[in-house]
Amino acid sequence: MQYLLMLYSDEAGWPTLSAAQKEERMGAYNAYTEALRKADVLRGSNRLRPSNAATTVRVTDGKSQVLDGPYADSKEQLGGYYLIDVPDLDAAISWASRCPGASHGTIEVRPLWG
Amino acid sequence: MSEADEFCGDRHPGFCGDTPRPGQARSTAEAVARRSYGKLVALLSARSRNVSAAEEALSEAFAAALASWPRSGCPTNPEAWLLTAARRKLIDVARHDEKGRLAAAHAQLLDQVLEESDTELDIPDRRLALMFACAHPAIEPGIRAPLMLQLVLGFDAARIASAFLVAPSTMGQRLSRAKNKIRTAGIPLRIPEREEWPERLAAVLDAVYAAFAEGWSDAGELDSGRRDLAEEALFLGRLVAELLPEEPEVLGLVALLLHAEARRRARRSPAGEYVPLGEQNPADWDQALIEEAESLLQRASALGAIGRYQLEAALQSAHVARRRSGRADWPAIVVLYDALLALTDSPVVALNRALAVAELEGAAAALQLIDGLSADPRLLQYQPYWVVRADLLARTGAAAQARDAYDVAIGLERDPAVRRFLQARQAALGLPKS
Repeated sequence: MQYLLMLYSDEAGWPTLSAAQKEERMGAYNAYTEALRKADVLRGSNRLRPSNAATTVRVTDGKSQVLDGPYADSKEQLGGYYLIDVPDLDAAISWASRCPGASHGTIEVRPLWG
Repeated sequence: MSEADEFCGDRHPGFCGDTPRPGQARSTAEAVARRSYGKLVALLSARSRNVSAAEEALSEAFAAALASWPRSGCPTNPEAWLLTAARRKLIDVARHDEKGRLAAAHAQLLDQVLEESDTELDIPDRRLALMFACAHPAIEPGIRAPLMLQLVLGFDAARIASAFLVAPSTMGQRLSRAKNKIRTAGIPLRIPEREEWPERLAAVLDAVYAAFAEGWSDAGELDSGRRDLAEEALFLGRLVAELLPEEPEVLGLVALLLHAEARRRARRSPAGEYVPLGEQNPADWDQALIEEAESLLQRASALGAIGRYQLEAALQSAHVARRRSGRADWPAIVVLYDALLALTDSPVVALNRALAVAELEGAAAALQLIDGLSADPRLLQYQPYWVVRADLLARTGAAAQARDAYDVAIGLERDPAVRRFLQARQAALGLPKS
């Protein structure tokens, strides 16, 4: 099954990290991505720009409404994703728990249709 | 729900011979249902994870058995007969539903079903895997025990609802939501890896315990559905112990349930009045169940890994030491509560520990301990807290305070027999009502 691991964390946290801390975190993500790739479960991944770059669009009564900012204004923002292909939820949870984002944020694990 | 559910009520030990006799088909179907329902559900949904479809197919297979067995005689392997019949139903469903998006999935299912059809004689027992799926962390904790009762034992939603004191429609919805989750989220029907083992096994045991507790709480035995529930939970517990004989906590849980079950009858006088543990006559306890519990607990402790259920079973064991020595082993009880408190940090454990301390050091010492606990807001709505408090106050001679504590305890009690018991205790203080 394919699962989308959605990485939520407080994006205001990143700029407060020291250069060494940033490097350490990037290293952790790179290692994790490499592990996914080696296990041949990685189907896609990317980082999102901060949520202040987001625009929200919704059409009501045929009129489109465009708003500045992300859809949900919460303490943690969607900051990136991994798309993985694994046998079942336990495998997906196991990968999610090893994601660096699980330590400084929250991972939502969502199965894809099909 | 389904016709299959009605087979799963009472126990029918009888099995088939070759000659068809009236009623025998039904009793065989019932016996197979009880023994095999969960096994068959686990097999039929192992790959598709579609437990609802498996249940439906199985229910039709049972109906077909009832129609055919009285005429043709019971098959020599009724379980295999039902499995084959249910697999045919699954294939039929797939054939009739070969349109749209589902077609591909069903075609795949069809292949699996056909490929599995050769293994009829030796039917593997995957019930444990099914129980792990029911108690998966992605399943809401409150529905795990009901889900197990439905998928492993074949209870219908109405019966589970009545045992858990919720509306049947609510229980039905919650059960189908959980079953959908197994399928759509991809919860595997398999026994977890060693690294996740302790936490996952604990969830299975907690669900079995929750089912038991729900049934056991009906002390007046006013509701046969709830009374049966305790027995069924014990059946589940024994099943896990049979499949995992080397897991000390599993043995500990079964020992705990057996101890509780042994004292079920002793909780009420012949007139239906509540009898607290300390006043029960050991002759009213079921000695055979106690012996079985004790031997399980010994086996568990030989495995050398202590845990919550073993400690709780050991506490029961120390209480029933009274049947030989005339007195509960209070020093052991305090030590066991210390260990349990270290493990759980539960205010309820601390409360029970205080009661044991009262037996060794007197009520005043115990009162000091529970005064320290009253800061925990959870305890203030916990009825036994007020019973303990009232009891200790009465024993120290603080009659007026005891009366007030009894008021709260009586107000929070839902069992009429216990309420009468507390009212009698309160009256024995010899004070006018506040």
